[in-house]
Amino acid sequence: MSAAISVRGLRKRYGDLEAVRGIDFEVARGEVFGLLGPNGAGKTTTVEILEGYRERSGGEVAVLGHDPAGRARELRERVGIVLQSTGMYRHITVREALDHWAGFYARAREVTEVIALAGLEEKAGERVNRLSGGQLRRLDFALALIGDPELIFLDEPTTGFDPVARRQAWDTIRSLRALGKTVLLTTHYLDEAQELADRVAIIKDGRLLAEGAPGELGAGGDERYRVSYRNGDGSLVVEETDDPTTLLHQLTAAALARGERLYELSVTRPSLEDVYLELTADVTPTPPAGAAHD
Amino acid sequence: MTEVVALTWRQYRLERRLFWRNPSAAFFNFLFPLILLGLFGAVFSGNQHDLNVIVPGIAGLSVMSTTFTALAFNLTFLREQGVLKRMRGTPLPAGVYLGGLAASAVTNTALQVTIITLAGKLLFGIPWPRDWPELVLFAAAGVVCFASLGVALSHVIPNFDSAPAYVNAIFLPTIFISGVFYDAASAPAFIKDIAEGLPLKHVIDGLSGAMVTGKGIGDHLSALAVIAVWGAAGIFLAIRGFSWDQRRD
Repeated sequence: MSAAISVRGLRKRYGDLEAVRGIDFEVARGEVFGLLGPNGAGKTTTVEILEGYRERSGGEVAVLGHDPAGRARELRERVGIVLQSTGMYRHITVREALDHWAGFYARAREVTEVIALAGLEEKAGERVNRLSGGQLRRLDFALALIGDPELIFLDEPTTGFDPVARRQAWDTIRSLRALGKTVLLTTHYLDEAQELADRVAIIKDGRLLAEGAPGELGAGGDERYRVSYRNGDGSLVVEETDDPTTLLHQLTAAALARGERLYELSVTRPSLEDVYLELTADVTPTPPAGAAHD
Repeated sequence: MTEVVALTWRQYRLERRLFWRNPSAAFFNFLFPLILLGLFGAVFSGNQHDLNVIVPGIAGLSVMSTTFTALAFNLTFLREQGVLKRMRGTPLPAGVYLGGLAASAVTNTALQVTIITLAGKLLFGIPWPRDWPELVLFAAAGVVCFASLGVALSHVIPNFDSAPAYVNAIFLPTIFISGVFYDAASAPAFIKDIAEGLPLKHVIDGLSGAMVTGKGIGDHLSALAVIAVWGAAGIFLAIRGFSWDQRRD
């Protein structure tokens, strides 16, 4: 089966500004794919091209086998979109909105079922202008899911959520994966990407800097490990290596020979956050010496 | 085809339901012209010449306010809120959505012109319209012209906060110089010249012919021509500048 989304050499230019400068990636069917990057990196531009809202300046994109620029109705039947921030008719109730939206789709889900999935049972009869921010976001989810889409775009879905609401949203997204849906998620919360995404891509200045599973993502694809410990005098020592076995052997042998202990010895792989911060830093990465957060 | 009709009907019904739930829209789009009619009707009570001016004048005003004003406000709001963008992401065809929106505005026009015609007969001593086809023709021409100009204006309005300024800067001077409240013939020449170039005066002339003076469509061909030119420009600009999104590329 072909990829749910395939992007080849995507470019987008606004006047003199090149917001997207040649991006390639693929999202497999049934996968949760995270697009990470700082504000202005080109995430939303990329996603809005895939959603059919913007036209690209160059490159090839296919979404469920369609060119989204053609805005085929058949494609929109199969795609659900949660935009970064969108308002709604203020005087419509939750249930009315979902009833109405269900009429747009040939194969809509049960309204009551979707209300329950979004956790809006108690607000079904409430008008939109009386919902809280978190409830509105859940309505966004519900409206995106009412057409039973195969592919769901989530643009920063949990921004502004409290921790409990975020966990609930995460559960909803996990349940989408369990149903075999494909999800393209943009976020600037690294824990969210780590928690939810099967694979992530990091974008900065319109370029894709790294791509892979969140746990395996390493700068340049190298296997890098960080070994840290405290000296006898209490100072923290951090060393990076691609061969932790040898380094540990040397360190521990030397310490034993001196009759010392290595306090707080740890071996870690760079976390998604480390990789992200390193890749998206404006200057070359600062040396890790003194990095005490591990 | 039947599916498009059914979807448009659903969208229309939703727009109608939501219209009455929004008190400020219901007031300004609906009650305001009727209140003006009541006030001026009371002021001119017993003066049939003035009543003969004010009744078709308010009918023309309501054609403009239910389409031009209402659509410029609504589209600016829906665009700024992102409702248009949200709609754009669904399979609902764009024409169906905009058709439902426009049909709802036209319903207000039809209701108001009907109420004003009834009030003219029952309260203000104006006989039943002499020329029904002419009444419908000029109301319809006014609707198409002002609706498209309202959509076109919404492209220029930067945000909803500034919408009243933009809309009223056009709407208020237009109604004052176009003979809504007084006989346009009694205005100074330069005001008349400006009004002659705008569509509202000609819509009112046509409505006045149908309701009061008995001048037929044949006497108002140049009026129809002016409305048609504005309508054509409005349709061109409405389609050309249409944006579903607040952002401008």
